[in-house]
Amino acid sequence: MSAPIIRVEGLGKRFTLHHKQRERYTALRDVIAEKARSMFSSSTAKGGTSEFWALKDLSFEIGAGDRVGIIGRNGAGKSTLLKVLSRIVDPTTGRVTIDGRLSSLLEVGTGFHPELSGRENIYLNGAILGMSRREITAKFDEIVDFAGVERFLDTPVKRYSSGMYVRLAFAVAAHLEPEILVVDEVLAVGDAEFQRKCMGKMKEVAMGGRTILFVSHNMAAIQNLCSTAIYLKQGQLVTQGDTPAVISEYLKDSGAAARVDLASRPDRQGNGAIRFTGFYLSDDQGRELAAAQSGASVVFNFDISAQGDALRNLEVAMGIDDQYGQRITHLSNEVSGQSFPTADGATRISIRIPKCPLRNGNYSFTIFSKVNGEIADYLLNAGGFHVESGDFFGTGRSPAEDQGTFFVDHSFALT
Amino acid sequence: MVMQRVVIEPGSGSQHYWRDLWQYRGLLLFLAWRDVMVRYKQTAIGILWAVLRPVLTIGAMWFIGWLFGSTVPEGTPRILMVCAATLPWQFFATSFSETANSLISNSNLLTKVYFPRLILPLSTVLVSAIDFAVAFLIMVVLMVIHAYLPGPEVFLLPVFILLTLVSSLGIGLLIASLNVKYRDFRYVVPFIVQFGLYVTPVAFTSQDVFTNPAVPSLVKYLYACNPMVAVIDGFRYCLFGASQSIHWDGFAISCGISVLLLVVGIIHFRRTERGFADII
Repeated sequence: MSAPIIRVEGLGKRFTLHHKQRERYTALRDVIAEKARSMFSSSTAKGGTSEFWALKDLSFEIGAGDRVGIIGRNGAGKSTLLKVLSRIVDPTTGRVTIDGRLSSLLEVGTGFHPELSGRENIYLNGAILGMSRREITAKFDEIVDFAGVERFLDTPVKRYSSGMYVRLAFAVAAHLEPEILVVDEVLAVGDAEFQRKCMGKMKEVAMGGRTILFVSHNMAAIQNLCSTAIYLKQGQLVTQGDTPAVISEYLKDSGAAARVDLASRPDRQGNGAIRFTGFYLSDDQGRELAAAQSGASVVFNFDISAQGDALRNLEVAMGIDDQYGQRITHLSNEVSGQSFPTADGATRISIRIPKCPLRNGNYSFTIFSKVNGEIADYLLNAGGFHVESGDFFGTGRSPAEDQGTFFVDHSFALT
Repeated sequence: MVMQRVVIEPGSGSQHYWRDLWQYRGLLLFLAWRDVMVRYKQTAIGILWAVLRPVLTIGAMWFIGWLFGSTVPEGTPRILMVCAATLPWQFFATSFSETANSLISNSNLLTKVYFPRLILPLSTVLVSAIDFAVAFLIMVVLMVIHAYLPGPEVFLLPVFILLTLVSSLGIGLLIASLNVKYRDFRYVVPFIVQFGLYVTPVAFTSQDVFTNPAVPSLVKYLYACNPMVAVIDGFRYCLFGASQSIHWDGFAISCGISVLLLVVGIIHFRRTERGFADII
């Protein structure tokens, strides 16, 4: 790693939570009432406030020119970290040293004014993001060209379609030239075509030797863009290292979150010769996963409990539905050509997918079993699981989001 | 480009605050420009509103002053006396109320980008100053109509324009920073503006108060605590010269309160500024 451009030491950020409060802001009345109350009562109970550390004792270094992805679940402190680095909020403890100009892109179109024209907003937004008037003028044509809004430059942006609005906003931001760029989830906007363009631009910026900090839930984007990654969990650093290693660490972590309890489901059919009692995802070594990843192997595990001991001719089938309830595929030991004449003493059924072809998203499944030709247990919409995006083709590229719901391995030939 | 080192620590941010403020002056101008551009968009008469509002107020104040027979020095048209007070008063009122709301109405900026937060109130003050400059044309027109030429005292006018800025910025900053946490102050603002008009010598003059034996001295001192008393007495002095004897005790108190408010306002603003993004 080159000389650190950002050094974070023991960083912490504390928020005080007010449990009782319903409004977003404090009313003076409440403060006075609270003061009056505490004057008359000797107790120090403070009416339900508690502390919450969004970041705690966080230390890491980022070298000049590094492209760093920041991953973690919702509430892991990613956005808070970016806000502290961008000097928007003050840390509670610790220290951050930054050598260079840092620009943050926490939201596209910050400060856009609906009444102003596209041209005026380019200048305004540029100034807000820290560009000088001269810089903006120099890049003006490039920005307009990138956004593709030449014809509407003098139209107020309130009359823009949302797509145009976002394109213009991203275009301004993409032409910033700081030494350090901090980006939060901005790629989750616009149509597929534009997202590709954004990604390309981001890559171009990254290759230009600038330092980039990129927060996203899109693992494919992180894999594609970032050489190293940081995994945050509950405001603390779990690992920092090469992107693939950190992502797999992230996916393996907190597997319990993906467990589905099936034992107590009343809405089941069948004679109960066996019962599905639970479901979880694991990797090939049997370690639980929080989510599958496109292109990686995954094992669907069903815990079972058997009633009686004469389990003959076990048949199991699993149907997978997409988020719209559309059946995508059907897995069964019948089509895979495996038969289980006896299954006495078994406690788990595992289905291994060597290379998960599903796109990132949420999926639900239905599970079905037969024993001795009779339906034993049948749970419609038994549960769900999540697939994170991944590099299915090993090329760092994927078809656009609107181009289908799963991947198929393929190769081309020219003859 | 010079490598710039930034150190972020709890309660820091102050090391280079004023230098930062200077570096961000471009943003200040852009924000002011935005507000000016936006203010009269989609209105039929546009910038004329900046003239129409004071004109109507001047008319009403002139009528009230005439009705109650406030003192007007010999040879000075009453309408000029009223105008010389209405313009700074409206300057103060818009500047103060816009400043007080400047943080709340730009909360999307506060939570998404860094800049010295003082930029926001300063830019709104600048916008009010532009409105004031436009409205000042009324004064010029009225003087031409009455063929009135002010004496050399008129060159002191910028001092009192500055004093208006000081007093509106001081109390505006204080309320703006309180407003972030306690939205009660949103309701205090229109009240201060409304109430202020009654205790400020717009329809009447300071002589009416200070030279009236029926007014107890305590009330006179309370009256002098209004920062706008010094501003308006000053404006009238600049425009109508020696015919306006300034009541120096009251003038000093009033100026002192303005400066005090500015100091308190800046201190409170700077002290709470780092937490704005957390609680707004």
